Amino acid sequence: MATSTYLEAINQALFEEMERDESVFLLGEDIGIYGGAFKVTKGLYKAFGGDRVIDTPISESAIIGSAIGAAITGLRPVAEMQFADFITVGFNQLVANAATLYYRHNIPVPMVVRAPSGGGIRGGPFHSRNPEAWFFHQPGLKIVAPATARDAKGLLKSSIRDNNPVIYFEHKYLYRRVKEELPKEEIVVPLGKANISREGDDVTVITYGAMVFECLDAAKKLFEEHDISAQVIDLRTLQPLDMELILQSVQKTSRVVIVHEASLSGGIGAEIAARISEKAFEYLDAPVKRIASLDTPTPFSPILENEFMPNAEKIYNAILEIMKF
Amino acid sequence: MKVDMVMPQMGESIVEGTIVKWLKHKGDAVEKEEIILEISTDKVDSEIPSPASGILDEILAEEGETVQVGGVIARIESNKKPGKAAKTEEPQPRQKEEEYEQVSAEEDRGKVFLSPVVKKIARENDISLNEVKTINGSGAHGRITKSDILEYISSKGKEKPSGQTEKAASTFAEQTEIKTESVTVIPMDHVRKRIAEHMVMSKKTAPHVTTVAEADLTKIVTYREKAKKSFEEQHGVKLTFTSFFVQAIASALKQFPLLNSSVDGDRILQKKDIHIGIAVGLEDKLIVPVIRHADDLSLIGIAKALADLTLRTRDKKLNPEDVQGGTFSLTNIGTYGNLFGTPIINQPQVGILGTGAIKERPVVVDGMIAIRNMIYLSLTYDHRIIDGLYAGRFMQTMVKLLQEFSSS
Repeated sequence: MATSTYLEAINQALFEEMERDESVFLLGEDIGIYGGAFKVTKGLYKAFGGDRVIDTPISESAIIGSAIGAAITGLRPVAEMQFADFITVGFNQLVANAATLYYRHNIPVPMVVRAPSGGGIRGGPFHSRNPEAWFFHQPGLKIVAPATARDAKGLLKSSIRDNNPVIYFEHKYLYRRVKEELPKEEIVVPLGKANISREGDDVTVITYGAMVFECLDAAKKLFEEHDISAQVIDLRTLQPLDMELILQSVQKTSRVVIVHEASLSGGIGAEIAARISEKAFEYLDAPVKRIASLDTPTPFSPILENEFMPNAEKIYNAILEIMKF
Repeated sequence: MKVDMVMPQMGESIVEGTIVKWLKHKGDAVEKEEIILEISTDKVDSEIPSPASGILDEILAEEGETVQVGGVIARIESNKKPGKAAKTEEPQPRQKEEEYEQVSAEEDRGKVFLSPVVKKIARENDISLNEVKTINGSGAHGRITKSDILEYISSKGKEKPSGQTEKAASTFAEQTEIKTESVTVIPMDHVRKRIAEHMVMSKKTAPHVTTVAEADLTKIVTYREKAKKSFEEQHGVKLTFTSFFVQAIASALKQFPLLNSSVDGDRILQKKDIHIGIAVGLEDKLIVPVIRHADDLSLIGIAKALADLTLRTRDKKLNPEDVQGGTFSLTNIGTYGNLFGTPIINQPQVGILGTGAIKERPVVVDGMIAIRNMIYLSLTYDHRIIDGLYAGRFMQTMVKLLQEFSSS
């Protein structure tokens, strides 16, 4: 067992999959010789050469379009967006082409788009966003958002092996903050399965990405100070959602708080809340509460950014409010 | 004034940096923006400028040391005059919380709302919603939460062995062996089941005590005989005895407000509004429409409200709000000439007045036997909060109000 950061776990997954399967290759801006803006692809150019670790022009549309083309001819491309914020430049390629090719022509598109996302890093409005909800609305795409190093590795490997286009949101804030001991044995985490990060009976807290840790901090404090036992669910995969686990938990606790870092309105939390009210209305003892970033661009100012984002304290207060209902 | 110099963030994902070399030493003069050290991070190596002009007063991280982003690595004694220190005021308590406190002091608002899961649990355990509403709620505004009802059920479960008959009455368990040749089996309809549940629940909830008083209604009877024809012509409705009773009750409740209350756990909720429910018996059911703010109405107003409710009850045109929110009830026991009865309280109220038949009886008035129009009034009250003395005084006030009726 060796300690790996979240970032190193992604690097390991890429390395192992490229070694395992020759059809896997990478493309993106500065991912080759430079090793990527965040050094996620460090060492891969040296190991696999310029044919399989391809530096591209600064054009997300070209990167995604090339990946689609490669995927439909039988390769398994992993495209890197330098920042998830810029994925919008290739939006049409993803939602109109990648997401619908199998439906239209029975042609699988086994590609992964790696999208470094998330705030709390003083990145301002162009380097901090969490754009998963746009893709959540488009049938035909799978969406993954790991929180731990183990899941970062295991989910990326599953994403690469999946025959559908997968958008893999890796959280920049977690890159070097999350460190875990990973086993030597291969880790493969199935898509579509959420994980219970903390067991509890009183309230269900549904979250993903960097907010998992804020929720765990809040849950710990609530247990110590108020004897409230919160069950924290880390979704891990956002599309498809693991509704089975969510509904099981809601039936047990009857109270739900949904937390995500993406802005509130039209977020994935809204869809989860709607499904809970449709499928588990009779189990609810309180309104479903959502905690998310404000409906504004991400502020430049660190003070404002702290105010803008959810954190353990805000989650703690929201859970208390729901418990008092 | 000392200025902290912190480990800068050299990229969005960088969390720490290592000091490579200090270009200035402790005690050296430094200018703002002058490069004073070199650092190395996961991503880049960089030269770092001073944040202020002054003397490098302290070096807190030596060469080779790794420091978290934001950690203080040096302090510079600035030669500038201290600027305005940012005032950090104590955060004000949030308005929201204050409002919350205020609202929670209001009485039993939360009782009105039952969450979906509470209703579901009640249904699965054969507990009527009226019974649920007797549970002491621990949620906001006294709301009954899932854990409240589960606790209630488990404590009820413990009582069961000694209360078998109660269970049979409230769940309508059908006997398995019924000899149909000697028994006609009539399944209860929805309304009958609700009535039965409510009666059982009320008796179980409140210790019932009934007090009976006698009143001389001769003045009212005489007045009504005289006025009823012109009253009907003038106002379009009949002047019934019930109108007189409602008027007297509203007036007496103002003097005895405890009878205009409900019990919520260990709190008494004394109602400021007087809404009097009138029990109207139909062929197959009992409905209790409510005259709202009866204390604000004149005899004419009461008569009109009564006529309207009675008509709409018979025509089945009552709205839900017509039968909700009563704070005290009136029931007529004398319809078929019966003298008095012991009514069951309409929960969550604490009092109900029954009126018997008005009959001519010989009574002693001023030492002489006279024929007077007499009535028996019976008051059933919740003995948890109403003492006999209080109920007795209320009754004597009622008697006085009715006996000394004057049309003005």
